[in-house]
Amino acid sequence: MATELTEPRARLPRADLGTYAKLAGVALAWWAAYSVIYPISQWLTYGALGVAHGSHLGESLAFFLYDVPKILLLLSGMIFLISILRTFFSPERTRALLGGKRQGIGNILAAMLGIVTPFCSCSAVPLFIGFVESGIPLGVTFSFLIAAPTINEVAVVMLYGLFGWRVAGLYIASGLIIAIVAGIVIGRLRLERYVEDFVWQLQMAQGGPQEQLTWPERIGRAWGSVKEVVGKVWPYVVVGIAVGAGIHGYVPESALAGIMGKHAWWSVPAAVVLGVPLYSNAAGVIPIVSALMEKGASLGTVLAFMMSVVGLSLPETIILRRVLKPQLIAVFIGVVALAIVITGYLFNLVM
Amino acid sequence: MVNIKVLGSGCPNCQRLEATVRRVVQAQGIEAQIEKVSDFAEMMKYAILATPGLVINEKLVAAGRIPSDKDITGWLAQAAGQR
Repeated sequence: MATELTEPRARLPRADLGTYAKLAGVALAWWAAYSVIYPISQWLTYGALGVAHGSHLGESLAFFLYDVPKILLLLSGMIFLISILRTFFSPERTRALLGGKRQGIGNILAAMLGIVTPFCSCSAVPLFIGFVESGIPLGVTFSFLIAAPTINEVAVVMLYGLFGWRVAGLYIASGLIIAIVAGIVIGRLRLERYVEDFVWQLQMAQGGPQEQLTWPERIGRAWGSVKEVVGKVWPYVVVGIAVGAGIHGYVPESALAGIMGKHAWWSVPAAVVLGVPLYSNAAGVIPIVSALMEKGASLGTVLAFMMSVVGLSLPETIILRRVLKPQLIAVFIGVVALAIVITGYLFNLVM
Repeated sequence: MVNIKVLGSGCPNCQRLEATVRRVVQAQGIEAQIEKVSDFAEMMKYAILATPGLVINEKLVAAGRIPSDKDITGWLAQAAGQR
């Protein structure tokens, strides 16, 4: 809620100044930490612990000691920035932007808004009801519901940290395309009758809390979400990178090319079939996936696996079952899984 | 007597919001009735798009986040003053 302005706007209140000073301090500390983790990881492994250069243990240890702080720092920094951006968006605002949009253009907009709108899969039901009740087409609503969990900030940041910006960009692009195409298909199939009947009978009030946030409030909220997200995912990052580091040091190059490489045609659908029932957050999957790729698994197969783990999760479908009849749940999973398989093949073909 | 409703289907944030509200109510010594709403049809009457939602005297004050203790204290003081 907006704080009452008791003094003229031109002068910054003392408390605000404090917030900005603290922010500058944290940014400086972040940058300093980021620039020393590599030398420290090298020194610890080969200096302090005296592990021999080029040994399996040394490779694994140096990888682990460098990647854990790097990913955690990148996550904190990026989540802060993304959360600041997200304070300018809200589900209410997204709904208003999507109102009155046709299929097609609506699907594209919905998928893009899915990236920036704050969303938690536990809110999928009220969001679904609120969207369809206000007249947003079913297919457009699904484009949003597919994009929002798939293209999440943790997934993108970790892909960037472990693979570089090209793979992160490809992931975002393919997530968008899957959300748009699957949404359009679901819209075309005219499945409105498979939405639970009570949804259509609800009388819903319009509106909701409208907020005017000040900058210190935005910063405060972003800081809160950094603490929440990093506090939740750090154990996954550590365990995931530990497993990844082990594979990095011990599994021979191209050991996996035969079963997860480009030429194994069945590897993409197998990855999706394996990934859909698996539920983990991106943080736990990506380090493992990155190590697999290093050993010869192909990008398309690996991305397909990741998307089916992150985007199609069992808990979310169970929650959605409250508003969707089983037929529509089946279509939803089927269409998205198919779209992921096609994207996986495309990557394997192109890359 | 202030009427407080916590809207949410049992997600971790919903439980945290309820705990926060109970703590603030106790700390401020406000006479309040706290109700948990987990039925979606009932929840949607307050036009929320994200859980958890906080309703004070039938007015939705926050949705999709856990407000700070300070915010909650302010809303409760306001609501208690109106009665």
